[in-house]
Amino acid sequence: MTNVEMGIPEMPAPDYPAEVRERLEADAREIIARYPGSRSALLPLLHLVQSEEGHVTRTGQRFCAEMLELTTAEVNAVATFYSMYRRKASGDYQVGVCTNTLCAVMGGDAIYASLREHLGVGDGETTEDGKITLEHVECNAACDFAPVVMVNWEFFDNQTPDSARALVDDLRAGREVAPTRGAPLCTFKQTARLLAGFPDERPDAVDASGSAGPASLAGLRLAKGESTPGVVAPRGAASDEEGK
Amino acid sequence: MTTVTHDGGQDETSPHPAGGATDPQKLLSPVLSAHWDEPDSYTLAGYRRHGGYRALGKALAMDPDDLIAYVKDAGLRGRGGAGFPTGMKWQFIPQGDGKPHYLVVNADESEPGTCKDIPLLFANPHSLIEGIVIACHAIRSSHAFIYLRGEVVPVLRRLHLAVREAYEAGYLGPDALGPGKGLELTVHAGAGAYICGEETALLDSLEGRRGQPRLRPPFPAVAGLYACPTVVNNVESIASVPALVDKGKDWFRSLALGSDKSPGFTLYSLSGHVARPGQYEAPLGITLRQLLDMSGGMRPGHRLKFWTPGGSSTPLLTDEHLDVPLDYEGVGNAGSMLGTKALQCFDETTCVVRAVTRWTEFYAHESCGKCTPCREGTYWLVQLMRDIEAGKATSADLDKIADIADNINGKSFCALGDGAASPIFSSLKYFRDEYEAHLAGRGCPFDPEKSTAWADGPNSAHLEVNA
Repeated sequence: MTNVEMGIPEMPAPDYPAEVRERLEADAREIIARYPGSRSALLPLLHLVQSEEGHVTRTGQRFCAEMLELTTAEVNAVATFYSMYRRKASGDYQVGVCTNTLCAVMGGDAIYASLREHLGVGDGETTEDGKITLEHVECNAACDFAPVVMVNWEFFDNQTPDSARALVDDLRAGREVAPTRGAPLCTFKQTARLLAGFPDERPDAVDASGSAGPASLAGLRLAKGESTPGVVAPRGAASDEEGK
Repeated sequence: MTTVTHDGGQDETSPHPAGGATDPQKLLSPVLSAHWDEPDSYTLAGYRRHGGYRALGKALAMDPDDLIAYVKDAGLRGRGGAGFPTGMKWQFIPQGDGKPHYLVVNADESEPGTCKDIPLLFANPHSLIEGIVIACHAIRSSHAFIYLRGEVVPVLRRLHLAVREAYEAGYLGPDALGPGKGLELTVHAGAGAYICGEETALLDSLEGRRGQPRLRPPFPAVAGLYACPTVVNNVESIASVPALVDKGKDWFRSLALGSDKSPGFTLYSLSGHVARPGQYEAPLGITLRQLLDMSGGMRPGHRLKFWTPGGSSTPLLTDEHLDVPLDYEGVGNAGSMLGTKALQCFDETTCVVRAVTRWTEFYAHESCGKCTPCREGTYWLVQLMRDIEAGKATSADLDKIADIADNINGKSFCALGDGAASPIFSSLKYFRDEYEAHLAGRGCPFDPEKSTAWADGPNSAHLEVNA
């Protein structure tokens, strides 16, 4: 019989160490209590186990199954459906370049190609120092800031190949990096804990980067007469004057 | 008057009655976005400073059925794409059935080009929470959910804060809807799946399953979350309710530049090769020409080639359609759909075949696999589109992609397949020549570098706007 790799984790999976298990169980009970039906807690629980190990391991899947009285097959079916659950060990910083049409056309393809070359990795691969996992991502609802790069799901707006290379260099060197919109970066594991529904405990994290990015305010500023319509139009001062 | 396209010097006089008016202070109507420029707009204090939660008192004093009728009379239509009347959706919830009712807010904003709910939630999450409390009073629900796509952590942070503040202030919690009438609100982060923006897939996902659409009927109003009556509304729809209630339905109805069947304020998202991409809140029925005229047009030296009125699933339009009123009727009559008002504008440097190929790859990647026409058809389309883009196809393949798109369109449980067909049909309709040029020239005639945001040097629009 041929040995076909189905991508299904080998079972039975080992359990977490007792201390870890106890801590995660407390978190899991808090998550489950938010929902009228316990199975609704599965997506947040998968984020929770991802926050423990950086990806969804067979141990994590076993934990989810036991907490929710599901089979590991049921958990695996869900874990493999959603793209945010990683199935292998990955970097501290997940760098996602939007290559959906609008960002791609505006420069996302060039940024992505530049980062692949600069980092020497392919799609979904991690740098040797374990710092960065590079991938292309789909539209992330920031088209007015195109081209967009996401790092651990925080927004880096209006990127260029140069700015994106500088960004990954800073991350690899351990320098503090602040997104255009969002809070100073934490690791992928810490981000996963937020996604499980546990608020960011860092002071000022929620206030970082202000109320809205510049593009979000474009219409409001015009409506308030604060910026001159047509200022970047090519027909020069004449049309600007008329635009007022 | 300034003009939309900037290299031809053509006469831009608009045939649309309001088409000539471009004074942004008269045309724009910031309501949801009115205070995003204040440093604490996302906090409870910032929201209350401008009358936040004032509508709630008024709504709670109304009989729930009267409130539903009021929202229906105002003419509010769903802002998530389909434009279904919000009040009617609420009315479909059976009352006195002894089952729990649920409100689920669809914050899974993922339609390519769509970028309105995420900045709204980032800068003004309390407008959504106030709307949720009002809606739950109307449909007699004691538990609501916000299903937020997972890939937007900064927004998740602000929702966590806003919900905590609302609980502490008593807008949520044990007596939120009156003595002994509690309301719980759960923020739920998704995990990366475009299909979960489809309402029944969203419900399956919220139940902890793979996000795959359900066969309808039964509709969610009868058997939704946990098989109980459920309203699923878009973020912007619910967030619009407090202002509607506060300022009144007559005011709301008065905001219409196009059809009086499409009243109210809404967020238009300009993106792509425009001078000033961003959010523009205006009455429904404004035109793309008006939005471009007031905001500086296309990027300097370039002209509009094609655009989407409401995301990649809405058929492409061209510069022929600059004066189409951007409301449900106007865009429908032009052969497309208003969708999410995601106005992705591409200039003459952009290869339409490349654009459509990339969107097709997206649909193939995001097809959930449940229905054969969509799962198989999107896969085939990707193979053919890649060959066409590379100039390796034949003219028979152009007919073949149209045929495959026809075999996907309308033949699956949900609209993802229809969305995949839209760019194929519409690009063939308006740009068949360009497809043929790829075949004749054995490759793509465009230079992608010329389309980039930095193609025109440091003076290119985005760098300047964001400097």
